[in-house]
Amino acid sequence: MAVETKIAVAPAKPPVWNDPRYRALFFQVLVLGGVVLLGAYLVSNTMANLERQGIASGFGFLETTAGFSISQTLVEYSEESSYGRAFLVGLLNTMLVSIIGIFFATILGFIIGVARLSRNWLISNLAAVYIEILRNIPLLLQIFFWYFAVLRNVPSPKNSHSLFDSFFLNIRGLYSPAPVFEAGFWLILVALVAGIVGVVVLARWARVRQERTGERFPVFFTSLGILIGLPLLAAIVTGFPLSWNYPELKGFNFVGGMVVIPELVALALALSTYTASFIAEIVRAGITAVSHGQTEAAYSLGLRAGPTLRLVVIPQALRVIIPPLTSQYLNLMKNSSLAAAIAYPDIVLVFAGTVLMQTGQAVEIISITMAVYLTLSLLISAFMNWYNKKMALVER
Amino acid sequence: MTDETRSHDPGSHPDLPPPASTVGVVGWVRQNLFATPLDVALTVLALYLVYLLVPPVIQWAFIDADWVGDTRDACSREGACWVYIRVWFKQLMYGRYPDEELWRINTAYVLLVAAAIPLFIPGFRWKQWIGLFLLVGYPIIAFFLFVGDAFGLELVETPLWGGLFLTLVIALVGIVASLPIGIVLALGRRSEMPVVRSICVAFIELWRGVPLITVLFMSSVMFPLFMPEGVNFDKLLRALVGVMLFSAAYMAEVVRGGLQAIPKGQYEAAEALGLSFWKMMGLIVLPQALKLVIPGIVNTFIGLFKDTTLVLIIGLFDFLGMVQLAGTNPDWLGFAVEGYVFVAAGFWVFCFSMSRYSQHLEKKLHTGH
Amino acid sequence: MKLTKVLLAAAAATTLSTAAVAGTLDDVRGKGFVQCGVSQGLAGFSNPDEQGNWTGIDVDVCRAVAAAVLGDAGKVKFTPLSAKERFTALQSGEVDVLSRNTTWTLVRDSALGLNFAGVNYYDGQGFMVRKDLGVKSALELDGASVCVNIGTTTELNLSDYFRANSMKFNPVVFEKADEVVAAYDSGRCDVYTTDQSGLAAQRIKLKEPNAHMILPEVISKEPLGPVVRHGDDKWLDTVKWTLYAMVEAEELGVTSKNVDQMKGSSSPNVRRLLGVEGDGGKNLGLSVDWAYNVVKQVGNYGESFERHVGVKTSLGLERGQNALWKDGGLQYAMPVR
Repeated sequence: MAVETKIAVAPAKPPVWNDPRYRALFFQVLVLGGVVLLGAYLVSNTMANLERQGIASGFGFLETTAGFSISQTLVEYSEESSYGRAFLVGLLNTMLVSIIGIFFATILGFIIGVARLSRNWLISNLAAVYIEILRNIPLLLQIFFWYFAVLRNVPSPKNSHSLFDSFFLNIRGLYSPAPVFEAGFWLILVALVAGIVGVVVLARWARVRQERTGERFPVFFTSLGILIGLPLLAAIVTGFPLSWNYPELKGFNFVGGMVVIPELVALALALSTYTASFIAEIVRAGITAVSHGQTEAAYSLGLRAGPTLRLVVIPQALRVIIPPLTSQYLNLMKNSSLAAAIAYPDIVLVFAGTVLMQTGQAVEIISITMAVYLTLSLLISAFMNWYNKKMALVER
Repeated sequence: MTDETRSHDPGSHPDLPPPASTVGVVGWVRQNLFATPLDVALTVLALYLVYLLVPPVIQWAFIDADWVGDTRDACSREGACWVYIRVWFKQLMYGRYPDEELWRINTAYVLLVAAAIPLFIPGFRWKQWIGLFLLVGYPIIAFFLFVGDAFGLELVETPLWGGLFLTLVIALVGIVASLPIGIVLALGRRSEMPVVRSICVAFIELWRGVPLITVLFMSSVMFPLFMPEGVNFDKLLRALVGVMLFSAAYMAEVVRGGLQAIPKGQYEAAEALGLSFWKMMGLIVLPQALKLVIPGIVNTFIGLFKDTTLVLIIGLFDFLGMVQLAGTNPDWLGFAVEGYVFVAAGFWVFCFSMSRYSQHLEKKLHTGH
Repeated sequence: MKLTKVLLAAAAATTLSTAAVAGTLDDVRGKGFVQCGVSQGLAGFSNPDEQGNWTGIDVDVCRAVAAAVLGDAGKVKFTPLSAKERFTALQSGEVDVLSRNTTWTLVRDSALGLNFAGVNYYDGQGFMVRKDLGVKSALELDGASVCVNIGTTTELNLSDYFRANSMKFNPVVFEKADEVVAAYDSGRCDVYTTDQSGLAAQRIKLKEPNAHMILPEVISKEPLGPVVRHGDDKWLDTVKWTLYAMVEAEELGVTSKNVDQMKGSSSPNVRRLLGVEGDGGKNLGLSVDWAYNVVKQVGNYGESFERHVGVKTSLGLERGQNALWKDGGLQYAMPVR
């Protein structure tokens, strides 16, 4: 009876199982439940396995003494340091090679992308050949090529190529003099910082003035003058408190100076040349996307080719270029993990390699490694999104 | 000159040939290579670069190379020794798959090519059925052909698989299996249900944010611990699962691009007809969206194909891994470059032709507005 | 999706082994073969030949276990494992026994859920250098670049040794033994370090083996032996006593050639070993002739040693510490009785 009256009261209302809202809710609970169950299942399996086999777990191992050494350390590290410190060393090495790679890949990519659009037939086709060859061969193979085929042909330490007796290239790496900072060097640093601040202020002022009065100010050359002049002045005042530590062949190897290990060179070369082939295509697409009318309009306003490119074409092309460029940067950073194949001590080799094998704690270590890459990815994305917003068309 | 202009009426001037310096070879060269002083400098520089690179490579790879022979002694060591590739060719193609069973792999190749050809013939009628066969029927046939242990075929264990064969298996399984997962994830990401959407977003971004190599490490050292006691997966299968999850995330983003490109009117029209969600997706939206993203799928496939080389780091001997293994054989030390060049050429041919095909498709599908 | 399902189902059907709970011994009997984890190729220890057959002293241990349990030394399947995967593969049950020149250490025996069943090769870490460097002792290696395998005890010993002697070195670490050797051979490092047996095995892979020398210092103890999962005592006993049986057989002079005559020997020790007397096999849960099968099909410890790493092979290793205890070595079998 009650049912009948209900229907009579609200004839339009569908039964609960046909109501899209309830169905959605039910479905979501189902999916969430499934995911949680799956997660719980895997976790309980893992816990049971670890427990049963008496495998250590937890993150306590990060404080244990590492006991192994690493060939390239950006922060202080020795055998007495902890696994946690080794992790930091690996992380910094990953970041170093990523930053170097991104820097050179961007420059090379822009050059080749512009070359691809050159009216010069030879240049344009050479660029095309470069792009098609590099991006169709697996990166790992290219890393092997640079490391095992190219860099293995440089001479042994005793027969190093040398430049001015201060730069040496041999199979152990590229050695260069290292700066030694003496007392009073801080003044030069202070001058440099002051210079940078000055330039930023100057640039703002110049822009405001131009917007108000239309008068331009030679910002670039003034800035250059400030940036070089101030530290130079400070250096003269303090009497050049900087000396160089030259590398010297002692026993087996060069001692002193700075060294760039061949693994870093090979990895950075492979990463930047490979990624440059993708960036070149992105740049080409970006520039072609700017309508030719823009260039013509700029010419008719009397701008010359240089300013046209700098003030009209590139700012618009960048809007098209930046989003795909971001994903190339991400790819480069992720691809730097191939370091493991050629003994560059990045996070994968040091942490997911040596530390994993010494401690046997696969679950913790692989999870941390993945989390690191995920975080780096998110950071790069966030930065590029911010930059993209800055560059985006301001609609009025 | 002034004579000529006078002797013709305005508008009736006879067509004179353009100046010799702007047509023919000379004109082309002037216009394309030596237009400005900068161009001249660049051209000279580029010519010098070509001169530096190309002749030595040709000299090494062809003129001074050794082509015939069966042993190391056949290598003169002046140029490349392709004898090395000849001797190891079977290993590079099939790994250590038993000789008498190689016909199984070859049969699968022939079947794949035979089934795929009609797809490239425009206007062929049963394309859907062939596509369905390739996505569903073919993998089952190939599975039994490769693994065996049924229908009187001998079992061939996966550690024996290798070379280009293994590379193709990983790449094809990765792409075929990731397509349905990718579609589900893409639909989930565009869903209006917050829980479903956030789970899909998290899944996609997680896999896209980490390098494949960590995924492979995870599959080789962590997967075994996830399984209940006594359950084990084959090493290749674990790697395949890793590759699948990884490429599914990329596939999801490709498919999402296609879904977004379908005009809203299509959805609305389908809803107005009273179609349910799955009918709307399956009959109206997905067929259009998937067609749009074929070039994207091909590009994902190219990326995956190149990335399969990473499995050598977890100890599977793919095309590149096999070359490395051959290079450490005591009898054949010192031929690493030939091996790498051969593998590079192999990958290049595959990837280049696929990328050309995808560009061709893009042009064909770009029905233009 | 379909393929995945098929693959999953097939994999589950072929490799699902319920017996891990029941114990590895019954599990092995049930499936009819021993799954053995070996190296990816180390001459003399475990190395595939052109036909893909595995040989070496580590391989012989696996074959001996198969002979003892199943009566047929051929019923072994080999899984090549990298240094990184080896322990996970064992822990997860992917392999039944790990016989992959693995050093017995406290951490591995305790924190990794493993049990070492014995030592089939007593090794020690050494250094190899080019002869033209003019180095005569490892103590002259200050400042050298050293090529080393990643994540092994070798890497730690190396650091310890240089630290203890307050010397410096630049490590260059690779994942695969072959890559380490290639890097050393190309001059990337001055020194190559690994177990002495490994140095001998890898030396033959160099471009000019005679241009290199192994330094006299042995900087560590490297007892290498087969490993099983923690908590499976029955299986541990099986592997342990198989190993002892091989050593005991050598001590008693029982070889694969004379084992049938020796069955008629009057020596109680021989009769017990070969199962003519006593019920040692039954107590282990094996057949009475388990040790007979091991010796008959694989040989005794000395035979295995001479066949794969001894002076007549390309490795040319002396017995040294691996001689029997009565010859001044360390190989000592617990009494089989």
